[in-house]
Amino acid sequence: MLRYIALRGLLALLVAFTVSLAAFLLLNVAADPAQAIAGEDATPDVIEAIRARYGLDRPLSVRYFDWLGGVLTGDFGESYYWHKPVAELVTDRADETITLALSALAVTIVIAIPLGAMAALNPNSWIDRFALGVAVSAQAVPNFWLGLIMIILFGVMVPIFPVSGDDSWKHFVLPAFVLGASSVPAVMRLTRTGLIEVMGADYVRTARSKGFRGWPLLRRHAMRNALLPVISVLAVQLGQKFGGSVITESIFAINGLGRLALESILGADIPTVQMLIFVFAIVFVVMNLIADILNAALDPRIRIG
Amino acid sequence: MSTLLDIRNLHVSLNIPDGQLRAVRDVCLSLDSGQSLGIVGESGSGKSLTALALMRLLPRAADCRATRMQFQGQDLPALSDAAFARDIAGPRIGMIFQEPMTSLNPVYTIGRQMTEAAIARGMLSGPDARKKAIDLLDRTGIPDPEARLAQFPHQLSGGQRQRVMIAMTLMLDPDLLIADEPTTALDVTVQAQILDLLDDLRRERRMGMILISHDLAVVAERSDKVAVMYGGEVIEQGTSAEVLRAPAHPYTQSLLRAIPHLGGPPGRLGAIPGTVPSLLHPPRGCIFAPRCAHRLPECTTARPPLRGTGDTHRYLCTLDHPPQVRLTSDPLIGSGAVDGAEDVIAASHVTQVFQTRKGLFGPKREIRALDDVSLSLRRGETLALIGESGSGKSTLARIMLGLSVPTQGQVTMLGRPVSEISGTERASFVQPVFQDPYSSLNPRRRLAEIIARPLVLRGDGDAAARKRAVEEAMDLVRLPARLLHAYPSQLSGGQRQRVAIARALVTRPKALVCDEPTSALDVSVQAQILNLLDDLRAEMGLTCLLITHDMAVVHQVADRVAVMYQGRIVEEGPARNVLANPAHDYTTRLLAAAPRFANDAPVPEVAQ
Amino acid sequence: MTSTDQTFTADPEDGTTFALTPGQIFRRRIFGHTGFLIGAGLILAIVLIAIFAPLLAPHDPYAQSLSARMLPPVWSDGGNPDYLLGTDQNGRDYLSRLIYGTRVSITIGLGAATVGLLIGVTLGVMAGYFGGWIDHAISFLLTAQLALPGLLLAMALVFIIGPSIWVVIGIVGVLHWTYYLVVTRAATQRIRSQDFVAAASASGASPRQIIWHEIMPNLLSSIIVIFTFELGIAILAESSLSFLGVGIQPPTPSWGLMIAEGKQAMFYRPWLVVLPGICLFLLVIGANLMGDGLRDITSPEGRNE
Repeated sequence: MLRYIALRGLLALLVAFTVSLAAFLLLNVAADPAQAIAGEDATPDVIEAIRARYGLDRPLSVRYFDWLGGVLTGDFGESYYWHKPVAELVTDRADETITLALSALAVTIVIAIPLGAMAALNPNSWIDRFALGVAVSAQAVPNFWLGLIMIILFGVMVPIFPVSGDDSWKHFVLPAFVLGASSVPAVMRLTRTGLIEVMGADYVRTARSKGFRGWPLLRRHAMRNALLPVISVLAVQLGQKFGGSVITESIFAINGLGRLALESILGADIPTVQMLIFVFAIVFVVMNLIADILNAALDPRIRIG
Repeated sequence: MSTLLDIRNLHVSLNIPDGQLRAVRDVCLSLDSGQSLGIVGESGSGKSLTALALMRLLPRAADCRATRMQFQGQDLPALSDAAFARDIAGPRIGMIFQEPMTSLNPVYTIGRQMTEAAIARGMLSGPDARKKAIDLLDRTGIPDPEARLAQFPHQLSGGQRQRVMIAMTLMLDPDLLIADEPTTALDVTVQAQILDLLDDLRRERRMGMILISHDLAVVAERSDKVAVMYGGEVIEQGTSAEVLRAPAHPYTQSLLRAIPHLGGPPGRLGAIPGTVPSLLHPPRGCIFAPRCAHRLPECTTARPPLRGTGDTHRYLCTLDHPPQVRLTSDPLIGSGAVDGAEDVIAASHVTQVFQTRKGLFGPKREIRALDDVSLSLRRGETLALIGESGSGKSTLARIMLGLSVPTQGQVTMLGRPVSEISGTERASFVQPVFQDPYSSLNPRRRLAEIIARPLVLRGDGDAAARKRAVEEAMDLVRLPARLLHAYPSQLSGGQRQRVAIARALVTRPKALVCDEPTSALDVSVQAQILNLLDDLRAEMGLTCLLITHDMAVVHQVADRVAVMYQGRIVEEGPARNVLANPAHDYTTRLLAAAPRFANDAPVPEVAQ
Repeated sequence: MTSTDQTFTADPEDGTTFALTPGQIFRRRIFGHTGFLIGAGLILAIVLIAIFAPLLAPHDPYAQSLSARMLPPVWSDGGNPDYLLGTDQNGRDYLSRLIYGTRVSITIGLGAATVGLLIGVTLGVMAGYFGGWIDHAISFLLTAQLALPGLLLAMALVFIIGPSIWVVIGIVGVLHWTYYLVVTRAATQRIRSQDFVAAASASGASPRQIIWHEIMPNLLSSIIVIFTFELGIAILAESSLSFLGVGIQPPTPSWGLMIAEGKQAMFYRPWLVVLPGICLFLLVIGANLMGDGLRDITSPEGRNE
């Protein structure tokens, strides 16, 4: 078990660094970052100056290992745009995004899992059709548009919740709903198909033949098995919430990492973008690691080979 | 003796997208307490659905009705689902299933799964339930039962899991035990042990038992009564002795003649032509009429009457008297290898070691699948390679086909090392036929393409020549030419296996390697395929390596036999000698597990 | 134990029943699947609109009219029958812009889904067929790709490289191949272990011949299903990028961009935001319904609604 966790952890770390390398290469090779910083109309002299100033004239490998060396000591470089250490910028704004992501996940869980479970237990009933309708619609709604519609609805027509800012818990209600809604289809469908599969499994039939039915059958024989894949998908979704915060935060004016990402992209602030990509990747792999460990704890087939 | 179970006119239909599948029709069964009833039938006969209907375990899309369903005098349909679950399922009727691998919940311990029902019902306290579970595991022959309670299902073998299932069912002391194909998924030598265990337990506890099986021999040996099902109907039932001694329904008669068994000299099997009719629109007359050799015009227009003598023997047939059963079977027409025939394929000192790891970083493990095996296949002979799952027989087959390279040793084809032969040239030496006809044909290709594929790969001839070759091959395996443009999904299992054989023969190879070619098929279809192999030997002097787990099949078709056990060949010789005087203990065990009818009575006697 | 029989028809030759060909079953199921028919109808309609946009649009989508700015749709007060759905802040006919917007969405959707298909299917088939270290390497690549914050990286790349329709297609495509990979890898593994593949290699078929002749035909239906879903996902991705200002640039009519342009005035002129959103919703829901439908239709059990 410990060995399993250790190896998974190592793999996760490897993934995070691969991601950082990929992002670094894409951002530096696909186009000239100096050109992007300087803007389209800049003269070659200006571009050359920028290149020299940010050390962009050094070879790619030197720059990557320089960056990597910095990361290992907690130094992510200095922002081109804000002229502050990137690490400081990110830590200052992380709270909002963590709050947003976690509350969005809560919204997803509260909507998707009961809906998926009810649909699975009553296939082809009205609730199953309703759940399918919710999934299909939520999948098709552009997330940013849903946000704007919420703002129009709650900002103008029913002003219960504030539509801009991050000062109180109330400010997070609408953004969390919007961000959470985007994960509902995936989680709901998986809950539904997983539970349908488990309820049709041979071991559930065995339990029925021993006289189990209704809630005890579900709780004692189906729930844990059906939950295993859901845990993994929730981890993936939570990891993606951080990336998804870009849109939600910019619409609801939340001063978190997503907004920082948008601002730093529009300001061609490559060190900040790079750190954010790295941080989001780390969050993703850590979430998956936690899911793996939870799965191993719940599933003896993983725990005891 | 009191009546334990009385079912009258049970109908089950399944609603599928294409209509209503009338899977069980008009089934009447009864059982006295302490008695055992065997229900026999091929796949799709409705035997399992009958049991599931009794246990209220039918799938959601099923409708079930019966004019009477009484258990110990209690009217079952009158009970609510909750009352049925509380009073009947478990403490009165217990059930064990076919797949011990999936019938236990993988995430909970054996102990929890065994004790929970008794505890939840308040029948036993926790410690008492535990004690009882240990006793029962011990009784079902599981070593170190106390330690097992803390283990998870995946840590046990298939046979052990089935023992756990049996012990678990007995925790609630049911009055009736339903065993639905309890041994089909297990190795032959384990099958016999489990069936004996069930039989002993039934007598010890004076339980009623319903044993469902596709294997008439298994049922006949261990049941007081037997019901034969076909196409959703019970076409014949009575005491086992009566039904076996004087089978009256043409289907039962044919079935008995189709089962290979060890008594008497090998002969042609009584294959039943055709396939089971679709149950979406069951025929108006007798369900067996389309395949019946004794069909009269009335058979297809009117329901056959129930005939026979009271409770001991009844059957559904239009004929006034049961047809005469043929005493003897035709002799085989193919002949074996002549002495001194050359080796077509020879494996010498072959060892295969597999290295596996669990996941990316798991510890390495070595499995020695084959250990210094030498085997040669001579021109014109049928060599049977017999063994159980994990014995290495399929690994050896792959190596002799040239599909995988052994760790040590070498394979020669007509004296040439297989490594020097190109893929397409090898294809004209040897071709495979696999076990599962559902996976051996590409579902997206038409039969004409499938059969012609080896020729295309070899670059043989033009389109017209290939078409001729395909038609010849279809003819050889007795497939009608109108199926040329059909897809595999349109064929029955037996037809698919014929296609696989046609594809194997189209390049006119020197030898076939058939890996359990009939074990996924129903007995009546198995008989068709085994007879076909006999025909091919007579017509083209087929050389064949036949891999099987069934001694009766060996007896039926093989000239020579090699017995594999744990990666080694433990015994080899002419089939007649090995079967008559097995030298190795394992061969004896395999022989004991093979079906034979009571006291090796030859093929059934004449009725009346 | 029940045989879940295929559909049967009577065979005229011998009176016995004879199963339908896969093609016949497919056609029969298609016309029994309401969800699929609705989705396919929507997609067909939108594709036709995109093709015949010049004939359908009442105005030039780029023609500005300062005298006719921010006109409401014709059913509101002050609506002008010349401009059925009103005009935007530059006085351009909104209906014509929405009609031309189909071209951007459809082009990018098809293009990006194809790019993703080529990458994902190639990797998936290789991983599934060859296994071993190739599979490990590709699986690692998959994990790394999943850990990448896709939207963030796409934004940064489009910004650095410079926005154009081809850049958006390339980047969205390169970031959306995981679903293809996961499905084709699993399917290839399953097919590879089937006996007909062993039979082909026993007949001397090379890996290339096995992949093209035996495996690909069996992957086709799932690839089409994923393509349909990815079409919707890519369209949403483009609209998000354009909404954030790092996708399609003005004055090209893209629905996402139109929402962004309408955002400033959304409290007073909500149709500027609502209408393009509804267009996006209809297009994506069409793709998703079609995908769901195709999955039901091509699955062996043929789960019908």
